Amino acid sequence: MSMRVEQKLALDKFNVDEGNPHILVDQERLDAATARTLTLACPAGLYTLDDKGRLVFEVAGCLECGTCRVLCAHAPGGMRWNHPGPSFGVQYRFG
Amino acid sequence: MPDYDAIVVGGGPAGSAAAYCMARDGLNVLMLERGDAMGSKNVSGGRLYAHSLERIIPGFAATAPVERQVVRETVSLLTEESSVSLDFTSSRLAGDAAAASYTVLRAEFDAWLARQAEEAGCDVVNPARVDDLLRDGTEVVGVVAGEDEITAEAVVLADGVNSLLAQKAGLKKELSPRQVAVGAKEIIELPREAINDRFGLADGEGQARLFAGVPSRGLVGGGFLYTNRESISLGIVMGVSELCRATERVPDMLESFKAHPALRPLLAGGRTVEYSAHLVPEAGLGMLPELVGDRVLVAGDAAGLCLNLGYTVRGMDLAIASGEMAAQAVVEAKARGDFSRRGLAGYATRLAESFVLKDLKTYSKAPDFIEHTARLYTTYPALAEGILLDLFRVTNTPAARAFRRVLPHLKRTGLLNLARDGWKGMGAI
Repeated sequence: MSMRVEQKLALDKFNVDEGNPHILVDQERLDAATARTLTLACPAGLYTLDDKGRLVFEVAGCLECGTCRVLCAHAPGGMRWNHPGPSFGVQYRFG
Repeated sequence: MPDYDAIVVGGGPAGSAAAYCMARDGLNVLMLERGDAMGSKNVSGGRLYAHSLERIIPGFAATAPVERQVVRETVSLLTEESSVSLDFTSSRLAGDAAAASYTVLRAEFDAWLARQAEEAGCDVVNPARVDDLLRDGTEVVGVVAGEDEITAEAVVLADGVNSLLAQKAGLKKELSPRQVAVGAKEIIELPREAINDRFGLADGEGQARLFAGVPSRGLVGGGFLYTNRESISLGIVMGVSELCRATERVPDMLESFKAHPALRPLLAGGRTVEYSAHLVPEAGLGMLPELVGDRVLVAGDAAGLCLNLGYTVRGMDLAIASGEMAAQAVVEAKARGDFSRRGLAGYATRLAESFVLKDLKTYSKAPDFIEHTARLYTTYPALAEGILLDLFRVTNTPAARAFRRVLPHLKRTGLLNLARDGWKGMGAI
């Protein structure tokens, strides 16, 4: 009954704000250690490293916890984080 | 003349409690919530200690959408193969309404609480994201939400752990990874009868379980399980500053936890219907912001009002109490016509004189103890397993008296370490 995180995210209700992401990552301003921690810490598994070791972020599926925001707070300009606009983002039915 | 006496930002427990109390006392109140539905952005492990809501709405549990009343409390230490539990079941946990606790699902529960505020006369608007505080010079005079500017005498910031507004108001510093934990949680549906049978509960009765050890893979963190009417809330909570040392991803840790031999049979046949995540403020007094500014107050998670002792985890009861006290301060400020920092200072005084800040003070060493006692997550679960294996396993090897069997385990951990952690623990939790 093992489930991948992508399967779990598929159970949630999202309204993605296409073209207007609420999180913007500037990986040039993030050190390698922070990038690696992001890949471990994001509960939705939305941060990955590509084959060249560059940080890749996918906003669809964001659970809006803010963990990445806190992890990047020490790196000015590394991340722009806001709550999604009204009616966008995750909509928990149970919570 | 401002549009409202007060604007409440955020429709969680702190916001709705504040809005309800102010509206009930005749103030003209607006509550703004960014979620499409009230409660739709909100997550918690799953248990509400009733006392602070009971004070505001006596007998609320009769009509509110609570899931089950907790009559069974279990704390477990897990190793890969074993589970050692302290399991407390008592009808006395259920006796007194003000000492009761209930499992809740926040989407439904928060929507109900917001409806109480609305029925008390508060205007509720959602979805509306408040982008900034509205200022006239240096003075806060309301909020900016998209194209709209709405004015009020006072603004209550109850916008949750990621309160960007409390930071913009200059009341709160940016969170640091050491101050927060991240929770990841599944709702797993099971028939009511299956939950009753597996957890030894009657209809309406619930169990709260907390786990240390394997769920956090030896790092600072733990697991939780709460029984709802027809589902299980199951999750892990991990200290964010620890995650740089993690060897697997948070979502994978949750999967490993679900697969533990002590958990698997409880969840068998269950169907996961939702996956959620949320930050938990865990630094207590160490992260308390300035609670009031001119025309602005901070309540609930936005003010870091949470308390994790390892055997109890509290947040919503503190949020609701802080909402009520913020409301009382605004009502007084209106009567005096003084919404300045000084006029609203009654909020901070009330919090300081109540259980909210008194409990945070009593347990002010708990965050440090929980963060810096690594043995809680590795050594002690293994120690408990070792001792109990030796006590309960009978073979043809000649036995020794219990004390002789226990002592080597304690020596291996180090009697000094045990004494030190025991002493620190007694002073902290």
